Amino acid sequence: MNFPILSSLILLPTIGALFIFFVRSSNSQYQSSKYVALFITLANFFLSLYLWIVFDKSIVDFQFVEEREWISGFVNYKVGVDGISILFILLTTFITPICVLTVNATIKNRLKDFLIAILILETFMIGVFCSLDLVVFYLFFEAGLIPMFLIIGIWGGERRVYSAFKLFLYTLLGSVLMLVAIISIYWITGTTDVIKLYELGIDAKYQNLLWLAFFSSFAVKTPMWPVHTWLPDAHVEAPTAGSVLLAAILLKMAGYGFIRFSLGLFPDASLYFVPLVYTLSLIAIIYTSLVALMQEDMKKLIAYSSVAHMGFVTLGIFTMTQQGIEGSIFQMISHGLVSAALFLCVGVVYDRLHTRLINRYGGLVSIMPKYAIVFMVFTLGALGLPGTSGFIGEFLVLMGAFKKNILVATIASLGVILGAAYMLWLYKRIIFGKLINEDVKKMVDLKRFEIVTLWLLVLPIIFFGFYPEPLINSIEVSVANMIDMNDLDKINKLALGD
Amino acid sequence: MENLQLIIPELFISIMIMFLLIFGVFKKNSSQLVYNLTTISLVAALALIINLDTQIQSSLFSNSYNIDSLARFMKILLILSGIFVMLSSSKYIQISKISKIEYPILILCSILGMMVMISSNDLIVFYMGLELQSLALYVLASFNRDNLLSTESGLKYFVLSALSSGLLLYGCSLIYGFSETTNFNQIMVNTKEIEYGLTFGIVFILVGLAFKISAVPFHMWAPDVYQGSPTSVTVFFALLPKIAALTVFIRFLYIPFYELGDQWQMIIIFLSIASMVFGAVAAIGQKNLKRLIAYSSISHMGYALAGLSTGTTQGVLSSITYITIYLVMNLAFFSCLFMLKRNDEYYENIDDLSGLSKNHPLLSLSLLVVLFSLAGIPPLAGFFAKFYIFVAVINEKMYFLAIVGLLATVIAAFYYLRIIKIIYFDPEKEKFETKHNLGLKFTLVASTFFILAYFIYPSGIVDIISQININ
Repeated sequence: MNFPILSSLILLPTIGALFIFFVRSSNSQYQSSKYVALFITLANFFLSLYLWIVFDKSIVDFQFVEEREWISGFVNYKVGVDGISILFILLTTFITPICVLTVNATIKNRLKDFLIAILILETFMIGVFCSLDLVVFYLFFEAGLIPMFLIIGIWGGERRVYSAFKLFLYTLLGSVLMLVAIISIYWITGTTDVIKLYELGIDAKYQNLLWLAFFSSFAVKTPMWPVHTWLPDAHVEAPTAGSVLLAAILLKMAGYGFIRFSLGLFPDASLYFVPLVYTLSLIAIIYTSLVALMQEDMKKLIAYSSVAHMGFVTLGIFTMTQQGIEGSIFQMISHGLVSAALFLCVGVVYDRLHTRLINRYGGLVSIMPKYAIVFMVFTLGALGLPGTSGFIGEFLVLMGAFKKNILVATIASLGVILGAAYMLWLYKRIIFGKLINEDVKKMVDLKRFEIVTLWLLVLPIIFFGFYPEPLINSIEVSVANMIDMNDLDKINKLALGD
Repeated sequence: MENLQLIIPELFISIMIMFLLIFGVFKKNSSQLVYNLTTISLVAALALIINLDTQIQSSLFSNSYNIDSLARFMKILLILSGIFVMLSSSKYIQISKISKIEYPILILCSILGMMVMISSNDLIVFYMGLELQSLALYVLASFNRDNLLSTESGLKYFVLSALSSGLLLYGCSLIYGFSETTNFNQIMVNTKEIEYGLTFGIVFILVGLAFKISAVPFHMWAPDVYQGSPTSVTVFFALLPKIAALTVFIRFLYIPFYELGDQWQMIIIFLSIASMVFGAVAAIGQKNLKRLIAYSSISHMGYALAGLSTGTTQGVLSSITYITIYLVMNLAFFSCLFMLKRNDEYYENIDDLSGLSKNHPLLSLSLLVVLFSLAGIPPLAGFFAKFYIFVAVINEKMYFLAIVGLLATVIAAFYYLRIIKIIYFDPEKEKFETKHNLGLKFTLVASTFFILAYFIYPSGIVDIISQININ
């Protein structure tokens, strides 16, 4: 492959953003800038789809690797994909056009700037998932904060300034330690190239500190309990498209980072810290589920449910079993689709009634039947009903967990029940019940573009629920290789005394 | 005398100073003309420096004046910044009614002094250059003499700077007393053994230099002087003296005192940490943009010192890279400040920026880029500047310094974000003027583009800087 397909994926949205930026705007041309954004993001989606088709799923190595000299003699710009990262790229390019579709209803002012921010953000997100150099990764990982800060701050709700600052400073604080760790890795091993680092390995005596430094960044971004508090604020105040991107993709960067870097580079340390991660994950699952039960605000409820779901993800990753890691990846993809869909659903009713308080709604089923149907699918997806993609992920994670530690797995299973409780209760309070409020009666059912965007998400959720093979197929070899390469199994066995 | 062609740039500037002085006195109403001629002579001086043979490493006047790669690079940096400062502030000095013939000539004097400082290889030559630049700066700071703040800042700067010069001179005399020479290379040879007097000499010299780059705890003058001086002088203060002082820092630490590393390393680390943290914390409460940028530059000098404190060539090079990128960022910031003009009045409070993005999208975009870059967020140039510093620092296993420095960036990010918040999230105010002169626009566009596009080819500057020979 001579055509730099990954770099094109990264650059294309930026080019689109520049195009929108430089074309002179009058009010009437807002529409055209929207079509440009839609066209660019769709082109990117088809490009990544093509990438997935051409991608050879049976090969262990990174594919489509591009390498260019960047900071001479120090860091090279290096990108490439394996079976894991390609799924996240696909998720990113799939969700972004959907976000662009929603802007009509949600963004009232400065549409052009918003589209530019979204496109730039897409560049950074794709960059995170395909960079094969730690410095390049850090660059993309941090850079994403700039557009996100602006998206929440400019187009957000009432407390947007507070939320934007909290998001920015929390994540920045977490990440600076990772920068120290990255530079230390360079001085310890002489390279920041991930592939070379996989081969070289890092001396076990450094691993624990380095692992903690990376962990501080990823834990904030995941977010894990107790550093999750920025997430509900950010979600609540962000505009719909911002919440969708945040939940669907930005949170996955950390999960991806755990797999690619924490497990891949520091296997010994990962094993050493398994109890810590288990504990934090279980607290996240149980505690935030309980918190979610109590929420009055729809977006906050979904935000807390995200924390709980990400708890499953971290739990699965650190079981270090084939099933657990595959389940985590599957859960991340599925959560990306489901949470995006849920935020879109909230956005739909918010645009009509301008409130997110659950008790202001009720009885929507009689006036918005189409909405009730799609919302049902997403609710079931979120609680992990068999037949939706949510089930596969949770099931695999729990299976991995049962292999390792029955107690942990049992507690985590309780989280599934709690998840069902808060999701169904939310559904009941909004969709069923008596239609009391006058202004609720005036609400109209889904418009055409809303139907399109929501059904675009229904299809993959159900499809992958029944037929997860394409996804599993794609990650299987890479995950197996990750486990083999770092002898995670062997380390596990030694630790268990087999 | 056969090497006189090596100091042609300095000679040229001296001649221009004398010529312009006479020219300005005899020709009436020639202030604008003198200003333009000054800019042109700076460009000519730049051409003369670039024209010098790059391979030359030589010392003139019985080894007291160095023409080497470090001096060459720093002089180019100095004069380039000088040119951009002149370009961007020409309109400002007209409107603020400080357009007098003395203004550009004083700037030339100060630049000449800095060039002497940069090349100095002898305590006496160094002190001469320092005093030349300082004397010009005292007058410049109080140039707007009808303004109370400006006169106050000039006086304050004069008193405190004279004190620090006194300390510095005392340090020099101690060094001379214990090493029997004023030549840097000779000092290194003669000071193999540590004596108390020598240590005191080093401390006094470092204190004097720290004052010049406004490192904590010798920073008190900076906020007042930055705020009180006319903005065109503030931008000069923020850029050029830092280049000269940093070069002298490098020369002192890496030639005469190189062997005495354990004597000064802790001092530099302390200065660095104190500046980074104090600069970040103190800037949070500021309301005036010029005052804020004073604290911000204190904090930035802390990072530059962190690079020096490593005691390695790599550290020095990272500091030079840092100061280069710092110059561009500050230039861009001040260009934005020069654009905040309405009815012939300049605005410099943070609140004046409120809602700027609605009326002036391009200007706010530049400010956004500059501020995120000052905060050190990738992929902007400011991130790379910090990155090089931390690479050098961590290589020396100075983890404490690195972690404190990075935490300070998080604190600093807060006040930069606050400005961005005011620009982008707050309700709009009255429009500013949109017509600006070409030099100012060019400065802003060029510097913003540099910051924004730096990541595409980061090796360019690093390659140039890595050719600098320190010892």
